[in-house]
Amino acid sequence: MKELRLMKGNEAISEAAIRDGCDGYFGYPITPQSEILEYLMAERPYEKTGMIVLQAESEVASINMVYGGAACGKKVFTSSSSPGISLMQEGLSYMAGAELPAVIVNVVRGGPGLGTIQPSQADYFQSVKGGGHGDYKLITLAPASVQEMYDFVGLGFEIAFRYRNPVLILSDGAIGQMMEKVYLTEQKTRLTNEEIREKYPWATLGKVPGKHRNIITSLELESAKQEKVNIRIQAKYREVEKNEVRYEEILTEDAEYIFVAYGTSSRICQKSIELGRAKGMKIGLFRPITLYPFPSERINELAGKCKGMLSVEMSAGQMVEDVKLAVEGKTKVAHFGRLGGIIPSPVEVINAIEEKLMGGK
Amino acid sequence: MANITDEDIRKPENLVYSRTKVLTENIMSYCPGCGHGTAHRIIAEVIEEMGIQDKTVGIAPVGCSVLAYNFFDLDMQQAPHGRAPAVGTAVKRLLPDHFVFTYQGDGDLAAIGTAETIHACNRGENITMIFINNGIYGMTGGQMAPTTLPGMKSSTSPYGRDVATMGNPLKITELLAQLPGTIYVARHAVHTPAAVRKAKKAVRKAFENQKLNKGTSFVEIVSNCNSGWKMTPNQSNKWMVDHMFPYYPMGEIKDTVGKE
Repeated sequence: MKELRLMKGNEAISEAAIRDGCDGYFGYPITPQSEILEYLMAERPYEKTGMIVLQAESEVASINMVYGGAACGKKVFTSSSSPGISLMQEGLSYMAGAELPAVIVNVVRGGPGLGTIQPSQADYFQSVKGGGHGDYKLITLAPASVQEMYDFVGLGFEIAFRYRNPVLILSDGAIGQMMEKVYLTEQKTRLTNEEIREKYPWATLGKVPGKHRNIITSLELESAKQEKVNIRIQAKYREVEKNEVRYEEILTEDAEYIFVAYGTSSRICQKSIELGRAKGMKIGLFRPITLYPFPSERINELAGKCKGMLSVEMSAGQMVEDVKLAVEGKTKVAHFGRLGGIIPSPVEVINAIEEKLMGGK
Repeated sequence: MANITDEDIRKPENLVYSRTKVLTENIMSYCPGCGHGTAHRIIAEVIEEMGIQDKTVGIAPVGCSVLAYNFFDLDMQQAPHGRAPAVGTAVKRLLPDHFVFTYQGDGDLAAIGTAETIHACNRGENITMIFINNGIYGMTGGQMAPTTLPGMKSSTSPYGRDVATMGNPLKITELLAQLPGTIYVARHAVHTPAAVRKAKKAVRKAFENQKLNKGTSFVEIVSNCNSGWKMTPNQSNKWMVDHMFPYYPMGEIKDTVGKE
């Protein structure tokens, strides 16, 4: 029988990393995600699997440690919350440019600035539009449960290494802090250096005599060559868009109105659907699991079959822009959000869809 | 003495010097007269002599030596500006049997990367850090560096560095020597054959120390920047001796190895 444990979302991230055979974690404390580092320090995975855990001097250092580890073909990750993730943007851009695989966890809090330590979804733009400089994308997974926090660590590494690109787990303070049951997986063994050389011939593990040296860089001073690099990276993103779109639908088949929501907001919307359906409202939920690549195609199909869509976000309206682009004017699209660390109630969400899309109560 | 023909000279048994195999055949992008090339060479020679080419990972910075990875025949990573010590930290922690070195200029190591430099040394990361100090930002066209001397002109201190408003030159090497995490801290130059020999000895020691796993080894190489200083190579070396050396004196600053 599968091992079952009651865990916080943050703890699930750490346990998943250890069991997935992760080689190293580098992080800096920030609320509401410090349990990730605390859990790893307490577990001492170095003694069990050889996994390194290091508290860095800053998020800038953390992401660059991840850069160095990933460049060796190692499975490394970091985590932070919004202000810390802002500090990592330079490193993330470099990693996308140097084509390095890694997992980054953002347990989002309210901003801008120091904002609040309460949950928020206001980092959507930063995550999916490229928070750092240059043409690049972060493959973005949005967990809506503690189980998904656990599962997306392994999935994230898998996707990251498949495309040699960083993968972001975009969570929030609610999912990071809440406790739910989690089915745990078996302990995987870490790859040896020889196995890494075999699987990832680009890794910098020391130049093998007689072979070409490996160089990890995002620099190309000749524009004609740099353009070719960009084109190749863009082609990779088109592959990602073709193969990695993930979403979940709840009661969309007969729905006249559809909530589009991810993470914590999608959990609230599930309750709103129960309340609404009890009143006879034909409403459903479309939950993007990958925010990049965004499930535009499926949203477009659903738009042709419903009377309206409400993007429910704990932000001033960020994902709603992508919903509108996906819908291509086929149906009405509105946004409902709470800001500054407030989680909307299911009733508020029902009231919002009635008011904004159904012509009032 | 018998006449030696060009052909004789090229015979392997008559060779007295050749390029180390740890340097590639790529043409270096450094200005003629600059110390970077010599600094590269002694590092590469040490790696060849120690027989650790297959176990070495180098970290290149941002600045004139951003393309260092083109010149060392080694597995190399190019780090964001100032972050080489953080990058190197992870590489060494994940590959503890390998040799890891960072190669950084003064802007990279002592301005934008000060935090990464100090904390890597403070943790006593078991890596070798090579610091090229030429008192100027060469790559970007001669702007003021943290190590620019008082009164020294640069494109962003065109009337000379005014310490009252621009601060004093940072002696980061002396600062790092104060940290328990550093086991070897030295300052050298590569402007004369004698200086090169001394610098190479220090670099060798800084690499050998990684076998001991006791802490960070740090070698500063005070170098000229004839282009940035707007001098000929000879003038710049003389200026370096006359002006840089008094402020940044040569020698071993800290050596705890073998003294325990």
